[in-house]
Amino acid sequence: MATLKLEIVTPEAKIYSEDVDSVTLPGVEGELGIYPMHIPLMTQLAAGEVCARKSGEDHFLAVGEGFVEVTGERVAILTDMAIKADDIDEAKAEEARRRAEARLQDKLGADEHATVQAALLHSLTQLNVKRRRRG
Amino acid sequence: MPSTRDIRRRIKSVKSTAQITKAMQMVASAKMRKAQLAALAGRPYAALMNEVLAAATAGAGEFSHPLMEVRPVRKRALILITTDKGLCGALNTNLLREVARVDKGSVAYVCAGKKGAQFIARTKRELAAEFTYRDTPQFAEARAISRFAQELFLKGDVDAVDVAFTNFISTLAQKPEIRQLLPLGEIKAVSADVTGDSAAADLEAAKQEYLFEPAPGEVLGNLLPHYLNYQVYQFLQEAKASEHSARMVAMKNATDNAKQIIKDLTLEYNKLRQANITKELLEITTAQMAMG
Repeated sequence: MATLKLEIVTPEAKIYSEDVDSVTLPGVEGELGIYPMHIPLMTQLAAGEVCARKSGEDHFLAVGEGFVEVTGERVAILTDMAIKADDIDEAKAEEARRRAEARLQDKLGADEHATVQAALLHSLTQLNVKRRRRG
Repeated sequence: MPSTRDIRRRIKSVKSTAQITKAMQMVASAKMRKAQLAALAGRPYAALMNEVLAAATAGAGEFSHPLMEVRPVRKRALILITTDKGLCGALNTNLLREVARVDKGSVAYVCAGKKGAQFIARTKRELAAEFTYRDTPQFAEARAISRFAQELFLKGDVDAVDVAFTNFISTLAQKPEIRQLLPLGEIKAVSADVTGDSAAADLEAAKQEYLFEPAPGEVLGNLLPHYLNYQVYQFLQEAKASEHSARMVAMKNATDNAKQIIKDLTLEYNKLRQANITKELLEITTAQMAMG
């Protein structure tokens, strides 16, 4: 059976690089399911949950905003944040969320505001993914 | 002929210099490890983004973006990434020599790092702006530089933007390089990823029509500026990794040299001391013999 090469890369590291059977990812216009031989597609990634199916097993990752390139045999995800669901530290994410929310109360420049907003989004996404897995 | 006291004084001063260079070497090597890791970790992202972008611009069909517009070049801008401090060997000198070599007039400089700005002021070149960046480059700092360059280009003040930086190869080797940043139209042919890997071969095969969602304009409109920002960010990290590596090596050499000098001076000092003792003994015995 044909497989897809899923690559998830952030500025800090290559988080995921494996051959998978299918990928479900959050596009800006809604969830996308991608199977091998998909037509070439370029889209933007929304913060949320990526699900990679590999030999019957589902792997979940929390991702931030970014870009996705799909070709028939490859899915390349460029994002500013990616973390495997198992590696998410709930307490840490909760802490980060509280800190970011507190920072938003202060007066911030436009650039800083965007940075904090992004940090908040990251922690929220991580929490969502983690809680959904457990629940 | 220096006296023993002179030599002692020199040994002391060389020793304290060696202590300083040794300390700087330690600091640089700790920072170097961090900076190298950061630079290497960023490379896959930069390379993949380059691939994606090259494939996307090739597969976007009719689409064009203001940042991709190729104009006849009347004036260029050069983003010059240097260090803030010296004592890092020939790092800045090599880079600035490279810059001076390609400078054919009508270049506006955008400096990141003090050494570059000093060079521009000294040689009376045109300085468009000066930016600073910290020891661990922040994405926001890179974004500020890249936005400024994009504005210059979009306003039509300059027709091309290059970046001069020191590419990190290994602890012992850093290479000054000048890369074109804008216009983006020419980038797809070269696939100038930071590693210099041969991604070009795959690109030929990837030249197919892409489906864009929501629309080519929207996706590429977001992707292109982000690509430029990230590119500058990666350059900053490469430059930092190079700086700390070069400083580490320079300081190690300085420490080794100081140790050699101390060894030589100590030898000289002991010889002189012995000669003095012999001389004194001789004087005493001659005096005794004369008295007797």
